[in-house]
Amino acid sequence: MKILILGAGQVGSSVAESLVGEANDITIVDSDGDKLRLLQDRLDLRTVIGNAAHPSTLEQAGIKDADMLLAVTQSDEVNLVACKLAASLYNTPTRIARIRAVDYLNREEIFNQDNFCVDFSICPEQILTEHIVKLIEFPEALQVQMFSQGKASLAAVRAYRGGPLVGQPLSFLRTDMPHVETRVAAIFRQDRPIVPEGDTVIEDGDEVFFIAASENIRSVLKELRRMDKPVKRVAIVGGGNIGFRLAQAIEKDYQVKLIEYNKKTCLRLAEKLSNTLVLNGDGTDEKLMQQEHIGEVDVFCALTNDDENNIMSALLAKQAGARKVIALINRGAYVDLLQGGKIDIALSPAQITIGSLLAYARQGDVAAVHSLRRGAAEALEVIAHGDRDSSQVVGRRIEEIKLPKGATIGAVVRNHAVIIVHHDTVIEEEDHVIVFVVDKKILKKVEKLFQVSLGFF
Amino acid sequence: MGRTLTVIHALGLLLVMFSLTYLFPVVTALIYDDSTLLLDFLLAMLWTAAAGCMMWLLTRRYKGELSIRHGYLLVVTMWTAMPLFATFPLLLAIPDLSFTDAYFESMSAMTTTGATVLTGLDNLPPALNIWRHELQWLGGLGVIVLAVAVLPLLGIGGRQLFKAEMPGPMKDAALAPRIADTARNLWVVYVVITLACIITLKWAGMGWLDAICHAFSTMGLGGFSTHDASIGYFNSPLIEFVMIVFMLFAVINFATHFLAWHGKSLVVYYRDAEGRAAVGLIVASCFGIALFLWWNDVYPDFLTALRYASFNTVSIGASSGFSSTDYGQWPIFASLWILFVGCIAASSGSTGGGIKMIRTLVLIKQAGREFLKLLHPTAINPMKIGGHVIANNIVFAVLGFIFLYFMTIASLTFVLLISGLDFITSFSAVIACVNNFGPGLGMVGPASNYAGLTDFQTWVCSFGMLVGRLEIFTVLILFTPAFWKR
Repeated sequence: MKILILGAGQVGSSVAESLVGEANDITIVDSDGDKLRLLQDRLDLRTVIGNAAHPSTLEQAGIKDADMLLAVTQSDEVNLVACKLAASLYNTPTRIARIRAVDYLNREEIFNQDNFCVDFSICPEQILTEHIVKLIEFPEALQVQMFSQGKASLAAVRAYRGGPLVGQPLSFLRTDMPHVETRVAAIFRQDRPIVPEGDTVIEDGDEVFFIAASENIRSVLKELRRMDKPVKRVAIVGGGNIGFRLAQAIEKDYQVKLIEYNKKTCLRLAEKLSNTLVLNGDGTDEKLMQQEHIGEVDVFCALTNDDENNIMSALLAKQAGARKVIALINRGAYVDLLQGGKIDIALSPAQITIGSLLAYARQGDVAAVHSLRRGAAEALEVIAHGDRDSSQVVGRRIEEIKLPKGATIGAVVRNHAVIIVHHDTVIEEEDHVIVFVVDKKILKKVEKLFQVSLGFF
Repeated sequence: MGRTLTVIHALGLLLVMFSLTYLFPVVTALIYDDSTLLLDFLLAMLWTAAAGCMMWLLTRRYKGELSIRHGYLLVVTMWTAMPLFATFPLLLAIPDLSFTDAYFESMSAMTTTGATVLTGLDNLPPALNIWRHELQWLGGLGVIVLAVAVLPLLGIGGRQLFKAEMPGPMKDAALAPRIADTARNLWVVYVVITLACIITLKWAGMGWLDAICHAFSTMGLGGFSTHDASIGYFNSPLIEFVMIVFMLFAVINFATHFLAWHGKSLVVYYRDAEGRAAVGLIVASCFGIALFLWWNDVYPDFLTALRYASFNTVSIGASSGFSSTDYGQWPIFASLWILFVGCIAASSGSTGGGIKMIRTLVLIKQAGREFLKLLHPTAINPMKIGGHVIANNIVFAVLGFIFLYFMTIASLTFVLLISGLDFITSFSAVIACVNNFGPGLGMVGPASNYAGLTDFQTWVCSFGMLVGRLEIFTVLILFTPAFWKR
């Protein structure tokens, strides 16, 4: 597929990195030549310097042949204009824009075919915020991802001694919780994937991925580790876009303290937030932490723009006694270094937001993609089309489907109901199938499996 | 000198317009075929118009734009001169009325206080009653326009709040950009609600004259009645209920009414944090006092207690001053509590008096901020009311206002004590006058009136009404030397 990416910032470059690996022709446009040079050194792609909203730049980048336009520059307005130009001048089939301003997002008509012709809009900050909200809601989980408008969820959790299931084969789950349907999609033991079978024994320290209806997530978590007290106090460092959105999203349900360095930003935040205590200070200032009892918070989120600051304040908070610390870390190398150490969760914004973009870049009808384990694994929500003759999936029992090794079908959402699959579940047309893939290398095979053979059309 | 003359020029014009308001009692006198009063009123009208014309003509060389300083002077002279001219018909019609008492009566009317020195109201000629009530209605109108349109321009004592406090995003869009248009919009709302009140009161069982008079004093939150026994005369729960509803209406900012009417939506009322708090406090007090009276066996059953408690609490709480029973006979907690509610409850931009709910909210939140500051020294905590941020300088202005308010109450109380009144009477009289609700306790309680005061005491009370009505700063600024310096 020929993909044109506008903007070589965080989002643009990580999308480019992901897509290059999947044998796409990528052209990336940015006005900053240095950024592009860095990218070009690392990745096999074409770069064009120029204003992404100018037709000449777009033409130079080959928009005429592009199958998809990803407008992910910092500026909403540039993204909107680029989509409009792509639609009216060049007939680009798929146009995706990154839109951050709530003012635009609240008015869907802005994006329709009469106006800016945006097929899909994504807001990375919003996705990231929702992700963190889930982590606060389920403090035991490492990650919680939603499928089908939140009906089904995939959760990752580290098994600890104390959970009833730990030290038991998976089949024990059925006898222990007869009313709760769940399916363990994958187990990572010392970072190596194990394909779960009925007799697989869960060990202390395993990273377990399971799929269940969203309302059952908590009861399954209980099987795998002792539950902590529910979260009451949350501290956030950094009142930028993400910190603000997070505070706004959770201030009704938790006691929130928000620490921000810039006094003017503080004033603006305090104006807009009604239930959050806004503190003016440095997130790495241990005096301030002591004074505000940061050691007693349940979740501590370091969400500034600065990786090092986030790491340091998260470490300080953990040291002081915060129960769970989350740090936003942009550099991939840092994430690998820190995850699972003293910092409970190292969030990579690029990895989290990329999923929603990847969904559009995939072949087949993919409704959602979630990148897992820092991009190594992936969970997809694929819509099954065709019939028994034209599709390799529809009309077949799970055990009949020739899934590549490393891929598991975890659940099916059919008519808004979540069905946890068993070996004899039959996939029907228009089912949303949630597939867990432990290794990205086999993604292509999974996509192919779900494609309808040409005879269908 | 030139400044003062410019103000007199403007005042002259206002007086000419004011003389037109005599037409209403003139018409009433015609209807009731009362030729002596007709003559009195025509005479008063002529005097006022002539005086106005003269002031206007003699000072026309000084015609000019009014500056902010002119504004204070004009507002104060307006509120002292109009009661002065309004005394004419009273003095003419009631021969044994002293000038002191007549001035008190018309000041009480213009400031929508509702304290009276007259007895035998039931036998007062209709035209005179209409005149007293019309003054209250005009006073209410003047106060609304003053609060919403004029005082924000003068920037008095946290008055900027009211501009910021127009509920909702349309705050500047709907209320017109010019004072004249804003004022006209508010008049229309005021007139429409008053007409509704007249019709409802007639329907509830009053005669036309009573309905008109009481609607006037209800909407102005004045408290004058055509009967010595006030609303107790009618002894009708329905009338009391209707008046409660309209008083609660009048205690809300009229700009909110306008926005609700203009936008055809009731959401505006919900978004008006001040109105919500005002109505909430008054209604909660009604039930609380009803329970208290019932427990103390003042009334035999809860419903009776609720009926009397709610009417009198709303009446005093909204700073109007009707009474349906002698609440001075209630246990002291109940009568003091309703005086307390009357001091703080009314909304800004309503016809009510007192500290105003918005200032109460600001003070409560400021106290909360101080606590938070002690616990979290680094916290950033701007003051917000109804989602809007209130700037710190406005908070200071409110603090300044409240200091002056309490000093005014305290010093006027001392003055009355010196003059020989007992404590409860002097304290409650000052409270009742400064907050513009009328009846106090003791000698000036709902069962009696202000007729028993000496001339000196009456003047003190008149001054209290003026100071309270014009938000203290406006009056006291004229007593600062700096005001008169160029």
